[in-house]
Amino acid sequence: MAESVTLTVNGVPVRVPAGTTIAAAVTAAGVTRFRRSVSGEPRAPLCGMGICYECRVTLDGLPHSRSCLLLCADHQEVRTDE
Amino acid sequence: MSSEPESFDVVVVGAGPAGLAAAAVAAESGRRVALLEGSPWLGGQVWRTSDDPVVRASRLHSDDPVVRASRLHLPRFTSPEPVQENPPTSHGQTPPQPARTWINRGQRAGVAVFPSTTVVAAPAPGLLRTDRGTDFAWRRLILAVGARELFLPFPGWTLPNVMGAGALTLMSKTGLPVRGKRVVVAGSGPLLLAVAAELRQHGAHVVRVVEQADLASLIRFGLALPRLAPAKLWQGLGYAVRLLGVPYQTGCWPVAAQGHDTVETVTLTDGRRRWTDRCDYLACGFGLVPNLELAQLLGCQLDPTGVRVSHRQETSVPAVFCAGEPTGIGGAERALVEGQIAGFAAAEREVDVARLQAARVRHQRFANALARAFALREELKALAAPDTLVCRCEDVSHRELDHCRSWTEAKLHTRCGMGSCQGRLCGAATRFLYGWELPSVRPPIQPVPLAALALPPSRSDLETHNPAP
Ligand SMILES: Cc1cc2nc3c(=O)[nH]c(=O)nc-3n(C[C@H](O)[C@H](O)[C@H](O)COP(=O)(O)OP(=O)(O)OC[C@H]3O[C@@H](n4cnc5c(N)ncnc54)[C@H](O)[C@@H]3O)c2cc1C
Ligand code: FES
Repeated sequence: MAESVTLTVNGVPVRVPAGTTIAAAVTAAGVTRFRRSVSGEPRAPLCGMGICYECRVTLDGLPHSRSCLLLCADHQEVRTDE
Repeated sequence: MSSEPESFDVVVVGAGPAGLAAAAVAAESGRRVALLEGSPWLGGQVWRTSDDPVVRASRLHSDDPVVRASRLHLPRFTSPEPVQENPPTSHGQTPPQPARTWINRGQRAGVAVFPSTTVVAAPAPGLLRTDRGTDFAWRRLILAVGARELFLPFPGWTLPNVMGAGALTLMSKTGLPVRGKRVVVAGSGPLLLAVAAELRQHGAHVVRVVEQADLASLIRFGLALPRLAPAKLWQGLGYAVRLLGVPYQTGCWPVAAQGHDTVETVTLTDGRRRWTDRCDYLACGFGLVPNLELAQLLGCQLDPTGVRVSHRQETSVPAVFCAGEPTGIGGAERALVEGQIAGFAAAEREVDVARLQAARVRHQRFANALARAFALREELKALAAPDTLVCRCEDVSHRELDHCRSWTEAKLHTRCGMGSCQGRLCGAATRFLYGWELPSVRPPIQPVPLAALALPPSRSDLETHNPAP
């Protein structure tokens, strides 16, 4: 069986298979709004490949992390909508 | 202090099919080769997967604070076969085996792989800088940076769960749960079929696939195929989708998406009538556009379809080569052929360059036919309503841009293109919508972490910019 990793998304623990991106884990955690645009619109991943910056989250305190290009690891703390 | 640049005979940027092939053949020719890849995966957009331990192996190194010559320690596979053509499997996917084969070949030949390392600048001739603040010196440079999807604005396109078609596939390959989700796949290009097949395989309910190109144009393309290429991609995919029983409608396109927190419905049209489908995801991409920023930064000349190259894949800048999607959209098989040519050319193996010319020409013909068959219809220019956002980074609307005559004028009056994506999304869209030139490129070509920016300039920087008075 594939190994799994556990991280938290907005404080809620989420367990995902190894190799899952943070973007996918955030969605799996039921979060639909990754960030808010400059005029306040909810936004979520568009390109899946690091181009659009719509998937930005705060990862372990580091803002503006592109979650579609980051793989989940144990003990990570992800915050959305910041 | 930025460390001494590490020097290589050949530096390859991008580890998709083109870059993997280029790096492998150059290293097999005895050159010292570095392969720089912005994502944590090897294999590019087509071979990305979370299931394959080899392709995923790069993640072992991805969180090194400073990735140094992380020669990947990958499990070895026996007798790699040279892969030239990849017949689609029964479900229409290119199998990941070629990725494994090329990674293994590169690894055996001693390619130094740097995953999660994006090239952001070229501070001096023969030198690249990455988002980690590391520098790489090259004698030959191969750009194999691939393509991205073309996104066109329509009402509702900024809603969560309206994604690129390829994007949804990439995300589902790396853990996004799509099982049981209703997905409408829309836009243009053979990729839509690969996407539908892939999503089905991951358990999604693909409601329908809508292709903006007309049936007549696709039939012409289909009839020309036997003459064009041994690449059975199109037939394979069409067949797969029919087998899967997903409705494939040509001459149709999306006009609006609706929903509260996320997309709930999409309105589609065939030009005469409109109808609405319920969906959890709208996977929508209007074909692919080449990633040109790095080539532009280096001063390479462009053609209407991409970076201009010679039969050896050499750009207008001597010793800089380009292979795969940036030279024109043509798929993974073409990328493999061009990548090998570039790798051989960089290693001055002209006999091998010559040997691959017939394949190169064949794939080029196929790429040209693809572009003709899936040319975008004029109606798509009228999708954006006055208040539809065109620039998603700075929330600039169609109304604000419509009267501008150029990118420069738009930047003067609005913040269009000045956000994080640096015009990567809206640049291609405004080119199609308003006929503007592509925005000019400045380093760094991606926003970089402060740590990398804060580094003092490297020695070579000082030499170029601060000559002794
Ligand atoms: C979102 C998307 C999904 C796709 N899905 C499929 C599919 O399922 N099936 C299919 O047949 N085709 C797919 N394609 C088509 C794909 O373009 C080609 O089939 C094939 O991947 C092209 O190979 P390539 O080597 O030219 O480029 P790519 O495979 O795109 O590889 C380019 C690589 O360069 C890297 N890169 C880019 N810029 C930099 C930089 N500055 N520094 C470091 N690295 C960089 C990228 O991360 C990428 O890994 C997809 C395309 C896109 C855009
Ligand atoms: S989804 Fe576009 S950058 Fe992550």
